[in-house]
Amino acid sequence: MIKQLSWKVGGQQGEGIDSAGEILATALNRKGYYLYGYRHFSSRIKGGHSNTKIRISTSPVRSISDELDILVAFDQETIDLNAFELIEGGIILADAKFNPAVPEGISARLLAVPFTKIAEEVGMAQMKNMVAVGASAALLGISVDAFQEVIEERFARKGQKIVDKNMEAISRGVEFVISEVGDISNFKLEPSDGKKRLYMIGNDAIALGAVAAGARLMAAYPITPSSEIMEYLIKRLPEFGGTVVQTEDEIAAITMVIGANYGGVRALTASAGPGLSLMTEAIGLAGMTETPAVIVNTQRGGPSTGLPTKQEQSDLLAMLYSTHGEIPKIVIAPSTAEECFYDTIQAFNLAEQYQCPVIILSDLALSLGKQTVEPLDYDRIKIDRGKLVLDDEELPELENSELFPRYEFTPDGISRRVLPGKKNGLHHVTGVEHDQTGRPSENPVNRKKMMDKRLSKLANGIQFEEPVFLDAKHEEADLLIVGFCSTRGTIHEAMERLEAEGMKVNHAHVRQVLPFPTDIMAEQMKKAKKVIVVENNATGQLTNLIKMHVGMAEKLVHIGKYDGNPFLPSEIYKQCKELFVHGHI
Amino acid sequence: MATFKDFRNKVKPNWCPGCGDFSVLAAMQRAFANVGLEPHDVAIVSGIGCSGRISGYVNAYGFHGVHGRALPIAQGLKLANRGLTVIAAGGDGDGFAIGMAHTIHAIRRNVDITYIVMDNQVYGLTKGQTSPRSEMGFKTKSTPHGSIEAAINPMEMALTVGAGFVAQSVSSDLKQLTHVIEEGIKHKGFSLINVYSPCVTYNKINTYDWFKEHLVNLDDDPNYDPADRSMAMQKLMENNGLVTGIIYQNKERKPYEDMIKGFKETPLSKQDIMLTREQFDKLVAEFA
Ligand SMILES: Cc1ncc(C[n+]2csc(CCOP(=O)(O)OP(=O)(O)O)c2C)c(N)n1
Ligand code: SF4
Ligand SMILES: [Mg+2]
Repeated sequence: MIKQLSWKVGGQQGEGIDSAGEILATALNRKGYYLYGYRHFSSRIKGGHSNTKIRISTSPVRSISDELDILVAFDQETIDLNAFELIEGGIILADAKFNPAVPEGISARLLAVPFTKIAEEVGMAQMKNMVAVGASAALLGISVDAFQEVIEERFARKGQKIVDKNMEAISRGVEFVISEVGDISNFKLEPSDGKKRLYMIGNDAIALGAVAAGARLMAAYPITPSSEIMEYLIKRLPEFGGTVVQTEDEIAAITMVIGANYGGVRALTASAGPGLSLMTEAIGLAGMTETPAVIVNTQRGGPSTGLPTKQEQSDLLAMLYSTHGEIPKIVIAPSTAEECFYDTIQAFNLAEQYQCPVIILSDLALSLGKQTVEPLDYDRIKIDRGKLVLDDEELPELENSELFPRYEFTPDGISRRVLPGKKNGLHHVTGVEHDQTGRPSENPVNRKKMMDKRLSKLANGIQFEEPVFLDAKHEEADLLIVGFCSTRGTIHEAMERLEAEGMKVNHAHVRQVLPFPTDIMAEQMKKAKKVIVVENNATGQLTNLIKMHVGMAEKLVHIGKYDGNPFLPSEIYKQCKELFVHGHI
Repeated sequence: MATFKDFRNKVKPNWCPGCGDFSVLAAMQRAFANVGLEPHDVAIVSGIGCSGRISGYVNAYGFHGVHGRALPIAQGLKLANRGLTVIAAGGDGDGFAIGMAHTIHAIRRNVDITYIVMDNQVYGLTKGQTSPRSEMGFKTKSTPHGSIEAAINPMEMALTVGAGFVAQSVSSDLKQLTHVIEEGIKHKGFSLINVYSPCVTYNKINTYDWFKEHLVNLDDDPNYDPADRSMAMQKLMENNGLVTGIIYQNKERKPYEDMIKGFKETPLSKQDIMLTREQFDKLVAEFA
């Protein structure tokens, strides 16, 4: 019996690959296994090779693995493209229909299973994916009952007959494999702890976080890999009185969000690089008018349309600096689905506390990678609206067409915010430089004071729970590995391997990018001989940011990857090891 | 009850003497009082341009945003607080050049706001370049040999994309202008009001006198029926768009807010946002 393995299913996009992965994973999640699933897909709907790789483990996993144990193939292309990942003794479950063959030099065992034929016998050729689920379950030592509930939930709408047929397809898959290989698979999983956990993609967690934070309006324009956030909220917001507007473009989306926040509703937009590029002017407006706004950027391969369905982390500096002029802005970067949830709640609080735009920076692997999440804690949902003047608070009478001092100078730079509609709260809001009531003013003394006021809001740091995730037990380390967003689990695995070989390795994952947590990073960097910054981009954006804020340039080494795929643990491991072996450390 | 004077503030507009926008400001203030609004009930969202400054000259809530984006800001605001009377306002460049996509989609979407365009057929603030409303041949700094692009006809455009309220007026007719703004505010859904608002500094063609000579007032035509869309289109085409009054109104079409599933009468901004434990547990169960 084994503690962890990797399973992959592949075929033409639209062949039921996703749902095969989904059903297997949901059943395993309910049995208490930890999972991490990553979908490899292309920018088309039907056709084109697509696959889903799922890591299954009895302990937490947050990364894809280098190896593959079981490959389920619906076509020869899947075998040709993926078999090289298989370990020695790995197994290919392939549809007998296409006369599968193992490419030369691959030592994996091929088991041709009549997926299509069995499915047709059960009643529908489409159910070949369920036969494949059954065949896989047999290898993993998972019983058919584990699927009953999942199949019922999924197909209940279509009637009992369909539920039964799907269950039958699964059973037949199990039976076939057992009759072929006997009940002696090398891939039987050790029992799990059986605890209840969630299984979600980062985008689900962000969207759920938004609902929990009280966001009731989303304005967005569809784009990969952010659309799931919009889709979730389209489904759920109406239950809470809210709504999603699919706008004509991202400029409309962000400005609508600004209008809604100005009106007192927590509102958000979500997009990827191309959309964020369009939003930059308006983000400056939010900064200048001190209007809260939450913007999600699920990074993908750039520049321009780039690699729309592939992983990259190349928007970092653009998120920090792309707006003209100088504004207060917060950028936070969750690194797990769980953090996506809690950080989103924090993002809405920060936006209102500091009255400025907040960008939640994710990336494709985090937004779409599906992972086990510990139960989410209702008691950690806190709503803090900062200096918002509440509905029932009475304001002193404004005489002589005076205005409410919406931009009053205060010690912390944050002024009271009053919502339109409020009696005695009249004030002006403008992206033009303005005085304390919001009236345009070009007075140089006022200008300087206003700039200082806005920027001072963030100058003394912000109340963000975990600016840097630290796994840093060594007071003197050979290496500090630094990353942001989805690389968290991959770095962790590389680190475990390096430590097993006697290296002392610390890990710092930057979670608050702006304002940059200089002190925390400096302290960690001092403890290490070398600092390796792992990032999915070519130019070393985080490396440069660290150089700029912390210095210690001589210690910094950048490991970049920008071929569209997430890092594998072995890639980080090997490059760190090389530095070590060649005496750089 | 507020009078038009309550909508005045002490800011002196920085418009040129004689600018058409003064009348639009006066008409707006009168219309607000006439329909019974108080200053804090009104929010004016404006674009960038000479005209865009208007939100700062009314004693009401005002949001002066970025060039071309008054409409999405105004729609976001209205969805946040449907209790407010939301006015969007700006120039012809703001609404028909940089912001044209928003104009068309705001019409389609039909959120209950009133959009007033101060159409001077030129870019005022940037000192006199051509606008999408400039007539073919119009000479400006950016078109020294005369514009070689066709002018857009916003009223026809609005009709073709499904507008529920389309009106036009002119700065010299304060009475009609006030009336169409009132009707626009009362109309349930998106209303587009294009106002010929002469730029006395950069447009020497489309002057007050020119409009006096060329405009046809639909209010003078007893047979004109604003509920008849094809009559509206025909009138516009016959007169090259140079008509004033309520051109078209569809009282049947429901505003966007009324068509959103589960959208309540109570403004969104006044609703409780904290989930109960039961609600949260139910949401989370989907991911188990
Ligand atoms: C993104 C952007 N581009 C350009 C400008 C410069 N600009 C300001 S107002 C304006 C045009 C104004 O014309 P119009 O909208 O007709 O308003 P008017 O001044 O005529 O009332 C331009 C081009 C700007 N502020 N922002
Ligand atoms: S330039 Fe033209 S539009 Fe601008 S204020 Fe002067 S007259 Fe009015
Ligand atoms: Mg103009």
